[in-house]
Amino acid sequence: MHPALSVIVFTTSSGAGYGLLAWLGVWAVAGWLPANRGLAAASLGLSLGAITVGLLSSTLHLGHPERAWRAFSQWRSSWLSREGVSSAATYVPALLFALGWLVIGSTSGIWALFGALSAVGAVATVVCTAFIYQSLKPIQRWSNGWVLPNYLALSAMTGVLWLIAVLSLFGMMDDYLILAAFLCIPLAGFLKVRYWRFIDRTASLSDAGTATGLGALGRVRLFEAPHTSENYLMKEMGFRIARKHAAKLRIIALVAAFFLPQLLTLTGLLIPEALLPLCAIAAAVIATIGVLIERWLFFAEAKHTVTLYYGAERA
Amino acid sequence: MTSLPAHPQAKRLGLVIDLDICVGCHACAVNCKQWNSGGVAAPLTDLEPYGADPLGVWFNRVHTFEVGEGEAGRTVHFPRSCLHCAEPACVTVCPTGASYKRAEDGIVLVNEDLCIGCKLCSWACPYGAREYDYDAGVMKKCTLCIDKIYNETLEEASRVPACVSTCPASARHFGDLGDPGSAVSQLMRERGGYDLMPELGYAPTNKYLPPRPRRTVAKDVGASAELAPAVPAGSGGFLAWVDRLLSG
Repeated sequence: MHPALSVIVFTTSSGAGYGLLAWLGVWAVAGWLPANRGLAAASLGLSLGAITVGLLSSTLHLGHPERAWRAFSQWRSSWLSREGVSSAATYVPALLFALGWLVIGSTSGIWALFGALSAVGAVATVVCTAFIYQSLKPIQRWSNGWVLPNYLALSAMTGVLWLIAVLSLFGMMDDYLILAAFLCIPLAGFLKVRYWRFIDRTASLSDAGTATGLGALGRVRLFEAPHTSENYLMKEMGFRIARKHAAKLRIIALVAAFFLPQLLTLTGLLIPEALLPLCAIAAAVIATIGVLIERWLFFAEAKHTVTLYYGAERA
Repeated sequence: MTSLPAHPQAKRLGLVIDLDICVGCHACAVNCKQWNSGGVAAPLTDLEPYGADPLGVWFNRVHTFEVGEGEAGRTVHFPRSCLHCAEPACVTVCPTGASYKRAEDGIVLVNEDLCIGCKLCSWACPYGAREYDYDAGVMKKCTLCIDKIYNETLEEASRVPACVSTCPASARHFGDLGDPGSAVSQLMRERGGYDLMPELGYAPTNKYLPPRPRRTVAKDVGASAELAPAVPAGSGGFLAWVDRLLSG
């Protein structure tokens, strides 16, 4: 599938923003969120900023962005519509949570409840994003059970790393958050490796034989394409990535998204406290870059059944 | 509404395409382009039509495949267009309600005024039936020539999709596949019509008829297997004399 930059930025940025929002909500419920207005402005600003930038980016690939509001209407059948509704609805508790924390200076009672509702909205939106891809049967590399856990784990991982980075700037650190990072990073890494293992080892359900129905007569291969130049289908769904590049990019993604952030978080515990923000911010930035590469691969490595009509023997 | 019709009627209009007969002339694709360039889905934008890298919207594409090996190998021309599925995920994924399936005849259409151009429907279609119009910013697809098949100003014989009326080999048939007694349903039964990628569960309405078994012996048209001698043995006359002379 064509890796559209706007969609890669959207899923990575809003994924991190929703992850951060979810951690803030959970921490508010647990009563561990300091009633510090500066921290509120920085963390909620970063979270809602990343979410908003992501959502705006996602409208860039639309043919008619001015009609984007129509996408709220078909939540009964469409995961994309559900994602739109969920993302818009999450702003309501998130802004009330911000009102409590930033303006009133409280993260307990009713304001913690808004935090909890923000967390629920954040998780629901990431679930919708994952299901947009997981529900597409023509793309077997998306239509499998590894996609949802990957999206959730990567969102939780980037969210907790950004929260640690913000806290470190305020000279605050939370042992439980460090522990959460130490759990999230290997879990997300494990799920990503399992996803890659799955797509490498699983043969697609459809092949050129079933796509044409001629498989019973022998091996089916394209003799002549219908047109001499590329069409929309080939541009959008015929994207191919060289195997050797994919292998290298997977290693780069593994190092950047999981290995370095884990190492930097560990280093942060051992070095003087003044240097902690450096490590924490580096971990969050590098992890986000790693997830961007991972997301690029998620699209670039996905194969669509329409390629079976254009010379691919398997999709 | 992008939910599928709650009470679809029995009528399911669609095509039956005979892969045994198709000669791969692309007339169906060209006439489709011509009709729909002036129809409800118009324009079918072409970008750089005379340039080095033209890019255009077509609802019908004719691929040619090689099947089998060696002497058993054969060439099969394969026209590909929207199959107007009974379970069209292209419709249910649409976030705006632009894509819909008609309850009355099962035709899958796009309301271009509601389309935001997110392209998700084209990802959801396994068959590549939908093509995005980069110029108009909306998704376009086969309408089964809805502006032709119901057009009462046309004579009745012309009320079939453009691809069907133009096919010089009669490889394309149009009718109601929801009616077991219709000509297309009978043809499908007689010839073993099949679905494309049934494993994905889209339940396409359009059916394809497989190529007939290859003939391995010449058909007996009444001629004898050996040529009769030009001059029957034992005959006399001028021809027999020439025969004897030349044989000597």
